[in-house]
Amino acid sequence: MAHSGPKAPHPDTLAVHAGQSPDPATGARAVPIYQTASYVLPDADTAAALFDMELPGHVYSRLSNPTVAVLEERMAALEGGAGAIATASGQAALHLAIATLMGRGGHIVSSASLYGGSHNLLHYTLPRFGIETTFVPARDPDAWRRAIRPETRLLFGETVGNPSVDVLDVPSLAKVAEDNAIPLLVDATVTTPALGRSLEMGAHLVVHSATKFLSGHGVVIGGVLVDGGRFDWDASGKFPTLTQPYEGFHGMVFSEESTVSAFLLRARREGLRDFGACMAPMTAFQVLQGLETLHLRMPRHVASTAVVVDFLAKHPAVARVHHPALAAHPDHALARALYPQGCSAILAFELAGGREAGRRFIEALSLFSHLANIGDAKSLVIHPASTTHHRMDDAALAQAGITPGTVRLSIGLEHPDDLVEDLSRALRASQK
Amino acid sequence: MNFIVEGYPAYAYTGGRDFDPQLPAVVFVHGSALDHSVWHYPARYLAHHGFAVLAVDLPGHGRSPGAVRTTVEALADWVAAFVEAACVGRAHLVGHSMGALAALDCAIRHPHRVASLALVGISVPMPVGEAFLAAAADDSPAAFDMQSVWGHARLASLAASAIPGLSQVGASRSLVARARPGVQHADLAACHAYAPPAESIRAIEAPTLVVAGRRDQMTPFRAGAELAGRIPRAKLVALDAGHAMPTEAPRELVAALRAHLAG
Repeated sequence: MAHSGPKAPHPDTLAVHAGQSPDPATGARAVPIYQTASYVLPDADTAAALFDMELPGHVYSRLSNPTVAVLEERMAALEGGAGAIATASGQAALHLAIATLMGRGGHIVSSASLYGGSHNLLHYTLPRFGIETTFVPARDPDAWRRAIRPETRLLFGETVGNPSVDVLDVPSLAKVAEDNAIPLLVDATVTTPALGRSLEMGAHLVVHSATKFLSGHGVVIGGVLVDGGRFDWDASGKFPTLTQPYEGFHGMVFSEESTVSAFLLRARREGLRDFGACMAPMTAFQVLQGLETLHLRMPRHVASTAVVVDFLAKHPAVARVHHPALAAHPDHALARALYPQGCSAILAFELAGGREAGRRFIEALSLFSHLANIGDAKSLVIHPASTTHHRMDDAALAQAGITPGTVRLSIGLEHPDDLVEDLSRALRASQK
Repeated sequence: MNFIVEGYPAYAYTGGRDFDPQLPAVVFVHGSALDHSVWHYPARYLAHHGFAVLAVDLPGHGRSPGAVRTTVEALADWVAAFVEAACVGRAHLVGHSMGALAALDCAIRHPHRVASLALVGISVPMPVGEAFLAAAADDSPAAFDMQSVWGHARLASLAASAIPGLSQVGASRSLVARARPGVQHADLAACHAYAPPAESIRAIEAPTLVVAGRRDQMTPFRAGAELAGRIPRAKLVALDAGHAMPTEAPRELVAALRAHLAG
């Protein structure tokens, strides 16, 4: 029989309020910026108890901060997770997740369709620390399954790949992950919890670049790591960092201390403590300013993207448009199933005329800003092969769905007619 | 660490210290569909302040195997057997919700095992709504939502968490959802059915602390206050929290337990 649960706040309400009570000291309604490195310890016994995790509370802002905690708890609420850790950048969030789960000898299976920065970390940097990654086509669950080895500790992909705009089949990959007793981590930067909740689709961990749509204003660098609290580390037996005594914290066994937040405890007590890539309070405040309107902005981003996609798909100077809203896109049905309100304000297209036409096109745009970012209120354009993905060779580029002529757009909050006008002028210029 | 209780292994978290049976023992008993980890902070604090702490996973919960006990009386028998198995003679019992009923019943029927009682988020009786029981009987996600939403202060998800970075409602829901099938319903049904004779409550001799949340939506504050009035040696402490006081107000709960255990 169908059961209906209790009424809980809607995502719109969570985006405005979750994780924040009016300031107990002043009554301030806005989130105060607790711009402090440290916190006065009231007495020796409480001091020892706070350091030893016998009492919860703030000790030093590298480990936790009241302003940052509001963002963490708000993101956990929006994603439906057990908790979250905010980090200095999205890259720091990804690194924190990996370093918490594995060390030398660990192996990751990752989608080949990744942001260039994530590809750099996995392909070039982590092997130096003994962690290898096998890249597989995002759309082929069997390829993911075949790439898993005894030492594999993580599956990783972007909910919507950047810049190829392929849609990760999160439910199918979650099944692959669970069949192998390893977690699925997704980067949900492009979709945000406003368009789809990855944990409900089956992912176990979620990372975000908070720099992008979560903020929406392009003024800060930040990241967030959310734990669903549902992965059974003990049953898996593959994660001694969480299930065996940790000498670095009095022999603590994190999965005994907390059944649902063992991962977050270790990530905070080791990863933030030792690697130190924490988020600054001012950054958390600025991300929160954006987050309050996430549920209003994302539908507008998506609606304007549909207008642009439609325009480009009909334009004679455009050879091909990559966006799941198009019926011809291989992920069209999957995108509709997982993200019924739309899945991406990012799109890519191939210009007729290749690299040279691409250069003329970008230089002829005036409303779109040519820069390396996505998810701003302002519309953005970039040529991945020469910028964000320039360290990849042609084969890796092809695997990531990028050609020398690929142009990536991030559609902002301007009026879509103005964007189409700007694109129209630049497309004419590109073909001269 | 593990003990053998009623023929099965029984797990107990010792608060980050080796268990020393020479110290006064505090046994923490969790609520419906939960496990020892709700006691994380109070257990860890007391273990570092002169007590031998054992935060149990009840049979069929968390790390303890075995059949779920389907009555509060059976849970109380198990708690008494656990105290005996831990070779501590008697223990201070700290229970939350269903665990508080088990501790209470242990004090009624096994008083020689009980040094004192701390009852957190309790009402006697503890009726559970028909819709909640029906959803739990089907292991419906709606039942996980009911426990996690009603189990905290109203709109707790919109408030700052006492544990930085942790979503109180989200973490609770994840924990309930991890319970084995049928466990939540068995626990709730046991709470619903428990009806001890009125005189047995008036006969409790153990020093008792009742901790009641002013914003408790499951066992209302007045029910805790009323129970405290019926137990001869009971004191009442009110916390500004919902039903999930071990995680919603861990610092205030630690202070209350510390004063209680100091006598």
